[in-house]
Formats: sequence, structure tokens, C-alpha cells
Amino acid sequence: MSKLPDILTRHQNQIQADWIKQMVGTVKRADLMSDTELREQSRDLMAAIVFGAKDGNVGTLEGDAWEGARQLLTDISASRARQGFTPSETATFVLSMKQPLFTAIRAELSKSPDGMFDEIWNATLLLDKLALLTADAFIETREQVITRQQQEMLELSTPVVKLWDGILALPIIGTLDSARTQVVMESLLQTVVQTNSRFAIIDITGVPTVDTLVAQHLLKTITAARLMGAECIISGVRPQIAQTIVHLGIDLSQVITKAKLSDAFALCLQMNGKTVVSANGRGKASPVGPLRSEAKKEE
Amino acid sequence: MERIPILRMGQFLLVTIQVDMHDQLALQLQDDLTQKISDTGAKGVLIDISTLEIVDSFIGRMLANIAAMARVLDAETVVTGMQPAVAITLVELGMSLAGVRTALNVESGMELLYQMRGDFHSELEG
Repeated sequence: MSKLPDILTRHQNQIQADWIKQMVGTVKRADLMSDTELREQSRDLMAAIVFGAKDGNVGTLEGDAWEGARQLLTDISASRARQGFTPSETATFVLSMKQPLFTAIRAELSKSPDGMFDEIWNATLLLDKLALLTADAFIETREQVITRQQQEMLELSTPVVKLWDGILALPIIGTLDSARTQVVMESLLQTVVQTNSRFAIIDITGVPTVDTLVAQHLLKTITAARLMGAECIISGVRPQIAQTIVHLGIDLSQVITKAKLSDAFALCLQMNGKTVVSANGRGKASPVGPLRSEAKKEE
Repeated sequence: MERIPILRMGQFLLVTIQVDMHDQLALQLQDDLTQKISDTGAKGVLIDISTLEIVDSFIGRMLANIAAMARVLDAETVVTGMQPAVAITLVELGMSLAGVRTALNVESGMELLYQMRGDFHSELEG
């Protein structure tokens, strides 16, 4: 029978005081968390460990008795991950309890070296397990943050905007991979149905590189839109990208491509039977002319 | 036996698919439609699939076949109202229905048919 629970219970206050002292000396990040918060966390965790050790098995963290300690540690670790602690700082929070605990064990069992060794071994096992749990929880929280950010980026980066009655624009920013193409395709087609749009301009100014895969994804989107009865126009093809497309042998002959979004928009207006004229009435009733010159001026 | 109705509207035929297409039904439609085109001398076929939610490669090929057959019989085919999910499925199946004209809804589909016939007539006259 391990004496560790006894030792923990009897020396709880002493261990806790030493532990906090230890942490202040090593890993306390005054910029991230206050003294009171640290004390509070240590006190709660210490109490949970004492409780767990008393009722449960010291060798494992399984069982109901340890539930409180596990939960508490996971919460602390998660909050630290969000506050910006490093993983080692978070793990050291638990590991810095070793020295105070060992001191307590030595004080208690100085008469029997064998017993002392056993208890130290038990204590090491326990604290290592707690530290590993901390690390796991820390990484899990980070993963959650990363997943959420990915999701948000995916949603943010594929807006479908309505330029005119029956004309949509889809500015794509960033690299197109399979997952994004799926999102882009779905949101574009959905908007085509909702707004009853005959034209969709896919602007790839913000796409850094176009390789065969990206081109294939684009063509899939365009084909799907065409199946629904909407015409897609690719705009924002930069000179380098035009070169790459030709060098890679990608066939875009079935697709209307324009160098600038304004050109594509002008073409859509023209195909929609709309013309753009000057407000003072002196402009020529040419569908493309005035818009072009305005686009030039903006540049 | 279940059949898909084919309605005549002037010189065009109107087919609205409102039930789940199974293969037998598709083949039946193919038979009926070609027969009807040749009987009526229709110049255009409009197939509305806005309520069709599930397609497979067979139905996709059938749509392409109907369009090709209609063209042989001198009628243009327009498929209208395809749902996004259906369009994505067909693309993923590698079917782009190259010979088929498409439109967003029946209204613009009819417009497209009239336009195509109009072009044809003006070509003949001009």
C-alpha cells in the first residue's frame, strides 16, 4: 500500500506553498496571468490531486476519483493554450510540483530509504501522467483553434457577390484545392439558383499559381454552372498565369477568359443587352467603350 | 405503366420530369420523345429537371442521347433548371453533356429555343 496519499494529505499546505514558490521562480508569466489566478489554480488542482490519491489508485489516473483532477487539468491547460503559454510552460506547471512533493516524502520517510525510493517512484509516475494529460489537452485546444480558423478562412475566402441583375462575381483568393473547390462550386451554384443569374465571373486575380489541378477544378466548376444554364467567364488572368496555362497545355478554349474583371463585366452587360452611357447624354451608346475608359482611369 | 408526359407547345415539345427517374422510365421517355418529334415535326425540345434530385451516369447519358437523337431529327434540346447537386454529380461523373443546351428555368429555356429557331429562320431568309 502506497503511503503517497497519506503524505499528500498531511503535507498538502506545505507542498502547495513550496510549489507556488517554485513556479514564481521558474515559469510564472506575469504578463499572461495574475498571481491570484495562479494561486487559485494551484490550490484547486492540489485539492483535486489529494482527493484523487485518497480514493483512487495512485498508479493510474483512471476512475471516478480522478475525474475532478482530470477535468480541472484539462480546463487549466485549455485556458493556458488560449492565453498564449508555450507547451513546456504549461507542462512545467505540473512538473514543478515534483520538488516540493519529493521534499515532503523525504521528510516523512527519511528513516527508510527503500520506502522513500518507492514513494518517489510513485510520485514521479503520477506527476508524469498529469503532465502528459496537460500536454494532450493543450495540443487538443490548439487543434481546435486551427480547425476553427481553417473553417473560417474557407468561408471568408469564397464570397459570391452580385454585380448586376443576373451577373455574379466570384473573386477567388488563395490556392484552390479540392476542399475549397467544393465549397466554391457549391456556393456559386447555390447563388446562381437563388438569384437566377445567367452569368458568373470567376476572378482569379488572387490565385497565386494555376497548375493543372487548379485548372481542372476551375473547369469542373464552369462545367457544372453551364449544366445549370449559367455562363462562366474567367477574369483576372495575369500574364505569368497565361504563360503557365499554355505551357501546361491546359485547354481553356471552351471558356471565355478576360484579363480584367471590368472587361468581363462589360461583356456580361453587353450579352445581357445593357449599355453603359455617360450621365450627361453625350456618351456614345457603345456597350463596352465608356466602361473601358473608366476602368483605365481608375488604374 | 408509368410514363412521363410530353406536352406540345407550338413547334416545341415540353417534358417536365417530376418523378424519380429509373432506367426503364428513361428508356421509355427516349422512345416516346423521338416518336413524338417525328410525329409532330417539333423544332425544339425543352426538358425541365428542376425537381430531379438524384442522377446517375445512366440518366446523364440518357439526357445526352436524347439531345443527340433530337438533333438528328432536326430539333434542338434545352435542359432547364438543373439543381446544383445534380450538376456537381454529373461533373464528378465526368459528364459535361457537351451537346446539350442549358438554361436556368423554363422561361429562359423557351426564350433560348425561340432564339435558336429565330436565328435559323433569319439564316434561311438572309
